[in-house]
Amino acid sequence: MSIAAKANTIWQYANPKKFLATSERVLPFFWATAAICLVVGLVWGFFFTPDDFRQGSTVKIIYLHVPSALMAINCWLMMLVTSLVWLVRRHHVSALAARAAAPIGVVMTLIALVTGAIWGQPMWGTWWAWDPRLTSFLILFLFYLGYIALWEAIEDPDTAADLTSVLCLVGSVFAILSRYAVNFWNQGLHQGASVMRAGAVTGTDTTEKVSNVFFYPLFLCIIGFVLLFIALVLYRTGTEIRARRIRALLARERAGA
Amino acid sequence: MMPDLGKHTEAVLSSYALSLLMLVLLVALSLWRGRKVRAEMEKTEQRMSRNG
Repeated sequence: MSIAAKANTIWQYANPKKFLATSERVLPFFWATAAICLVVGLVWGFFFTPDDFRQGSTVKIIYLHVPSALMAINCWLMMLVTSLVWLVRRHHVSALAARAAAPIGVVMTLIALVTGAIWGQPMWGTWWAWDPRLTSFLILFLFYLGYIALWEAIEDPDTAADLTSVLCLVGSVFAILSRYAVNFWNQGLHQGASVMRAGAVTGTDTTEKVSNVFFYPLFLCIIGFVLLFIALVLYRTGTEIRARRIRALLARERAGA
Repeated sequence: MMPDLGKHTEAVLSSYALSLLMLVLLVALSLWRGRKVRAEMEKTEQRMSRNG
């Protein structure tokens, strides 16, 4: 099979029945591996890593702050892709996947903001600063809330999917800004990337990076958050597909009455 | 077993407590709504098939 033909097979999951059957088959794997990675990563990070020579024990917050911040941004990017698929190809499963992902993104953004504030207080001497990265993250959080509110406010699901997709395109600016704000403005309290930097991992980059003693459990936590995100998106998309079917059945019943 | 968190005990423990609480709530609410919607769909399908 050619690469183009293989890529085309992804569209079979636009069929709700096929999507539900496949997701129910793979979900136990994602739930189980997410739980294992998170438990091992967090226990390792919390109980079996030393304090940092500058940050003391607050370095243990990294195992929640970094993975949740990564997922907050990547969740929005996933919503962007599925929204574009909806706008271009009109696959309902795609729009419903974006809708299903939004509350996960809210929680991830909130965890990143809360742990960041708690970490910032002893390190920077303040819970909050109007720093480029913090501010763009707060705006991303507000975009998530607006996105969910828009879905709830519009009765016709296709119109809601259209408008939320456009909102998602606009919000993507802040999702990208929240990742690169430090590089763009080169100011504020928040440090630049010290974990997900190719040179820092391979050793070719000699500027300061996270020590391996912290990086290994952190990497496991990041994998755990990614797997948990996939499990939640698959499960919640299934719920949205069923809710849409209920609405369709009730509409048919009303039309027949 | 509990590591000595020194003067940052409150900061570290509250970070873990709040984050884990939010994650558990997210998973629990997702599962709760998923089960509710699935049961509702089955009920609606049964009713529709009975009524033709």
